[in-house]
Order: sequence, then C-alpha cells, then structure tokens
Amino acid sequence: MAQKLTHLRESPSQTAGPYVHIGCTPNFAELNGVYPQDLGNVMKTGVVQGREITVTGTVFDGTGTPLRDAMIEIWQADAAGVYPGQAGCDPNFTGWGRSAGDMETGEFRFETVKPGQVGFRDGRMQAPHVTFWIVARGINIGLHTRMYFEDEAKANAIDPILSRIEHQVRVPTLLAKAQSDGHYRFDIHLQGPQETIFFDS
Amino acid sequence: MTGYVARDRRWQPDALTPAYKSSLKRSPQAALISFPTTISEETGPVFGHDILGPLDADLIHNFAADGASAIGPRIIVHGRVLDEFGRPVPNALVEVWQANAGGRYRHRKESYLAPLDPNFGGCGRFLTGEDGSYEFRTIQPGPYPWPNGPNDWRPAHIHFSVFGAAFAQRLITQMYFEGDPMIPLCPIVGVLNAKEAVEALVASLDMTRTVPMDARAYKFDIVLRGRRQTAFENRPEGM
Ligand SMILES: [Fe+2]
Repeated sequence: MAQKLTHLRESPSQTAGPYVHIGCTPNFAELNGVYPQDLGNVMKTGVVQGREITVTGTVFDGTGTPLRDAMIEIWQADAAGVYPGQAGCDPNFTGWGRSAGDMETGEFRFETVKPGQVGFRDGRMQAPHVTFWIVARGINIGLHTRMYFEDEAKANAIDPILSRIEHQVRVPTLLAKAQSDGHYRFDIHLQGPQETIFFDS
Repeated sequence: MTGYVARDRRWQPDALTPAYKSSLKRSPQAALISFPTTISEETGPVFGHDILGPLDADLIHNFAADGASAIGPRIIVHGRVLDEFGRPVPNALVEVWQANAGGRYRHRKESYLAPLDPNFGGCGRFLTGEDGSYEFRTIQPGPYPWPNGPNDWRPAHIHFSVFGAAFAQRLITQMYFEGDPMIPLCPIVGVLNAKEAVEALVASLDMTRTVPMDARAYKFDIVLRGRRQTAFENRPEGM
C-alpha cells in the first residue's frame, strides 16, 4: 500500500453518436433559430495574410464507405506560423474550423490559409501542418491526426514527428495532395490498407 | 515549456469494442503514434461571450414558441470543468445535445416512433466561469431504443462537447443520471473498462441546488487533461 494520489482522472470519452450535428452544427442539422450560425464554418473573418487554400476530403470506414455522420475539426497556425490567440497572430484568421461534411457525400471542406511552420519542443521546426480531430458514431474517443503537405517535401523530410514514424511507408497517409492551384485533397481512412496514421499526443 | 499529461488509454475506451457494433469498421487497427504535446496541441480556439445568446443555456425555452416551454421533468445541470490537478478551467465552451422527454431526437435520420415536442430543439451551450463552474436548464431526456443488438436501449443521457484551453483537452462525452437501471445494460456505456469510469459519467441528484416548485438539480463535474508544471526542465526550450 502507498499514499493515495489526489489527482483527478480525465473524464472518460463516449462516442459523439449519430446526432452530433444537433449539438455542434444545429443549423446544418436543420435545427434552425437557436444559434444564428454554426461555429467554425468561417475561418477567415476578413482579409487574411498568406496563401488562401481550400482543403477537401472524405472520411472512409473500413469497408471504404464514406462517413456521413462525422464531425471534423481542424486547428492550425496562421500563414506566418503563429497560432491565433498568440502575440502577432493574423487578426482575421481564427485557426479553427468545423465541418459536418456534405449531407449526401460526407465530403468536408475548409476555406483556410496555408499554415506557416511552428517550433517543436527542442527548437527544431515542424513542417507546415493542420491538426485534425474526427468524431462520429462508432468512434469511442476522438481521433487525432495531422495533415501535412505533399509539396513541402524538404520540410517534411526533417519534421521531428514525421521522421520518427517507424513505418515510413505509412507517412503518405498524412500528406495532402495538391489538386489544382490552392486546392488540397486529404482523405482519411479509419481502417484498411490505407489506414491513416492517428496520434496520441 | 511544459506539456499536457498523457492520456491514460487504459482508462479511456478502446477504439474497437465489438459489443458496440458501429466501432467494428470505424476503429483504427494500427497503434497510435505517440509524441509529447507541441504548441499545436497546447493551443486552441478561444471563444467569447459574444457568441452566446440569452437562451443558449436554457433548453426548456431556446426552441419554444413565445410563452411556451418544453415538456418533461425540468432539471438544472450544474458542475465544474476542472483539469486533472483539480484546477478550474475557465472560459471553456461546452455544447450539449439530447433527446426530448420521450427519447426522440429532432433529426432527419431519427425514426423512433416517440413524438417530437414542438417546443424542444435539443441543443444548448455556455462558457464556464472563472471558477470553472457552469449551469444550464433543460428537461430530463428519455431513454430510447437504437439499432445495435435486437433490443438495446440507451439510458437517459446528455451529450457534452468540451473545449478547454488547448486542443489537447478536446473531449466529447455523455452524462448519465444517478439511479438509472439502464446504465449497466448499455453497450456504449460498456466500452468503459472500469466501473469507476462509468461512475465518473453519472451525475448525482443534488437537492441543494434544486429550485423548489420548479426544477430538480443534477451535479456533473468534467475533468480535462492537466498541464504539467515542473521546476525541472532538462532540455533547451525552443519556444
Ligand atoms: Fe444520444
């Protein structure tokens, strides 16, 4: 026996369930008139600095079926690599986006900016990336991943997190592919041969 | 810079929990890749009171016609949002959603035969105070059947989505009600490995906060990951 620790334990996660949109994007869920607009559907509140980009993608289950009841959130630095809320950040950029996905196809879409580089714990720089968080029915605890950019090969090669991944063959699951000027595609596979890398951080 | 305490993955549910069938094809199979939190996880969106409307924390009235109110047992849910070290988390945005008193959600994909309540929408939100406290008003939701096993029912519950001070603290969970015999029967509750983890999601009836002749009260505290504080840092700091 030993002394008891008095720390609290993190509240256990439970699935967001099939009706997460009622709570988090009610206007999307046709529950109108409670909130004027859904949070997170606008990331640019004015003229933003840097390169404006569109990110689209789909979340697939282990059978290859698109999820149409997911909620996807992103969090990222501004074009200069400063997180909103920190000194010197772009005042017209929120850094946070939330998408319910398209009602029919499940495809998510974010109108954002290409993030700048931010530091790692030891002073090295991280390659430009966007944090993703995915919840849905059947997902017991929110899934955390990151989107990097395929066209940032040099920065990706020395990124402190990407470079420590044992199975380098899986790294492409984290890379957004440029479709056309300013449009990136980032599909997320929950399971299967293309399973996306998920993090515990 | 100090990071966030690692998640206890034995305390939190596994991704693959076969009794909850939807998890079978939606659970990653490979191991999660671990790394200590960086600035990307240690920051997060900040929400202000300007986003809140006067009825956002009153589900009894925020969808109801003028002068009307939602049907069902009136309750107040209150508690605090704390971190693992017991420190209050102020200014945390909490979003809640739930079924009506008959167990029916207001959603186009919902097919349960229990009727909609024309005066109940089912969503609410609020920010925690300086001491981490919060309070909202609603009606007690009903249990409802769901397609999983041949006869599975959800215990009465309210869904919670919580933003702390950092994206590392992001959490979605559900609140259950003390004394509900449906709790131990539910496969979604059953994804939790420890009896104590289930208890951590069961709100207590709190007669001290009950408003006589109006609403009963339930107390539900929420704990988010803690930020380490240490006097000893043995690595040069980059940020
Ligand atoms: Fe529910």
